[in-house]
Amino acid sequence: MKPTEAPKLIVQDLDLYYGDFQALKRIQMSIVSRQITALIGPSGCGKSTLLRCFNRMNDLIESVQMRGRILLDGQDIADPSLPLVTLRKRVGMVFQRPNPFPLSAFENIAFGLHLHALAAGRRIHAIVEQSLQAVGLWDRLKDRLHQPALRLSLEEQQRLCIARAMAIKPEVILLDEPCSTLDPIATGKIEELLYALKEHYTIVIVTHNMQQAARVSDTAGFLLLGELVEFGPTNRLFTNPRDPKTEAYITGRFG
Amino acid sequence: MDPATRRVQAADRQWRRAELIQRVAFALLFIATLLVALASVLVMGLILIRGAPWLSWEFLTTMPARGMRAGGIFPAIVGTLELIGLTVVFALPMGVAAAIYLTEYARDNWMNRFIRLAIVNLSGVPSVVYGLFGLGLFVIFCRFGTSLLAGALTLAIMTLPVIITASEEALRSVPQSFREVSHSLGASRWQTVRHAVLPFAVPGIMTGTILGISRAAGETAPILFTVAAFYVPRLPHSVFDQAMALPYHLYVLSTQIPNIPQAHRYGTALVLLLLVLSLNVLAVVLRARFRRKRQW
Ligand SMILES: Nc1ncnc2c1ncn2[C@@H]1O[C@H](COP(=O)(O)OP(=O)(O)O)[C@@H](O)[C@H]1O
Ligand SMILES: [Mg+2]
Repeated sequence: MKPTEAPKLIVQDLDLYYGDFQALKRIQMSIVSRQITALIGPSGCGKSTLLRCFNRMNDLIESVQMRGRILLDGQDIADPSLPLVTLRKRVGMVFQRPNPFPLSAFENIAFGLHLHALAAGRRIHAIVEQSLQAVGLWDRLKDRLHQPALRLSLEEQQRLCIARAMAIKPEVILLDEPCSTLDPIATGKIEELLYALKEHYTIVIVTHNMQQAARVSDTAGFLLLGELVEFGPTNRLFTNPRDPKTEAYITGRFG
Repeated sequence: MDPATRRVQAADRQWRRAELIQRVAFALLFIATLLVALASVLVMGLILIRGAPWLSWEFLTTMPARGMRAGGIFPAIVGTLELIGLTVVFALPMGVAAAIYLTEYARDNWMNRFIRLAIVNLSGVPSVVYGLFGLGLFVIFCRFGTSLLAGALTLAIMTLPVIITASEEALRSVPQSFREVSHSLGASRWQTVRHAVLPFAVPGIMTGTILGISRAAGETAPILFTVAAFYVPRLPHSVFDQAMALPYHLYVLSTQIPNIPQAHRYGTALVLLLLVLSLNVLAVVLRARFRRKRQW
């Protein structure tokens, strides 16, 4: 814990409905800057839904109704003074399945740069290199920048997706079960990468893999049926859970 | 005979019967398929055999002569090609725009359901009705006169449902994850369509457009009242000029010109057929190439 840091994200009394179905109930939490926060819980408990609140991806789903607030650096993310485009530029996302565009690695990373007119010409090349360096792909890809990204291994594709999210210089990176399609070795490498990245980014990761949460995160939250049952330092949550439901989950009695 | 043997024999008979029925069914299905193929081969074979000897460079590149009984069909070929080009110019942007609206923007409300229904209906309208519609709207009301412009607009409207349907399908086949990633990177809705969806739908849109156009290129009824000239001694100079076109020219040669060599008609039919067929082949090749290259 670095207690001096102000919370990057604060969730206040968040309720979320898909039509009549309440997927998130009264969520309260604060996410500290430059830490890895893990959200764990059984499938269908609302982890992805909560994660997608942070960059307002749920806006794309017509049936969604929300109450409560989420503050990014103290500013309400639903406030019109924070345009959606700006929010999503500041809060990047990496998805469960590696999903590069069927373009070259270079074009994948340049995609966001073009959107925001962040760079042109040589600058783009420099940022592509930086981003690939940061995810440890540069040496492997520097001679194949213009080959189709879908020819890469799944792990490389997921790294590329992380690089693509990083290229537009977000402050927060959301990852939704980023390793669920990867084998254990690739998973380990991605975890190392996350560990390195937290120096510069605030990371929120959803995982149904408890060992992963225990390994990489500083803070963890346990969700069950749309409720945040417990939220606290990972060490404490895994060694000395306060709620019997958390204990039952981490000792593998359900889920 | 003991009961066990009798039961075995009964089962055996039943099995033989089932197999016989299956064979007959397959044979009937095969014959039906064969008849379809036969019709296609006969049409093409007949026109090829009777028309091919008439084909020559001169036939393709010279003006008609001696009351269209001799000479070439150059102006009709040019007219049809110009019509095709102009039709694409009108129909493609409008069709793609409509498809984008319907797949990417339209919510499921009564108005959009009505629009969809209207498009489905449009594809069921007989082509001669399009011809009359074009006459009323473009030739008379818009005062374009009988012209390439009026004809191309009429053909464009006729082609629209095909292009819209094909484009919608192409847009829908672009994985949802492309849109999600694009939004998550901060793209606006339009940027997402423009950069993360449309580029990957282009091959499908092109295939659909070519197929739609190739059908339109062979139609006589829509151009009958809107563009087609019986005979014009010169090529059109502007979109407001009348033009000759292959399907109508063929109709004229076949019904209005006595004492014309048979082969002249079949030669004309063959040129029209080759034009339409090559468009279809182009579409099929494009689609096959795209399927092979597509990676998602
Ligand atoms: N688009 C949606 N429409 C309706 N219900 C949904 C939608 N997405 C998720 N849900 C429901 O919300 C609950 C939480 O889903 P989700 O956040 O995806 O869970 P998790 O990521 O923890 O597995 C589930 O019961 C799921 O069925
Ligand atoms: Mg999920």
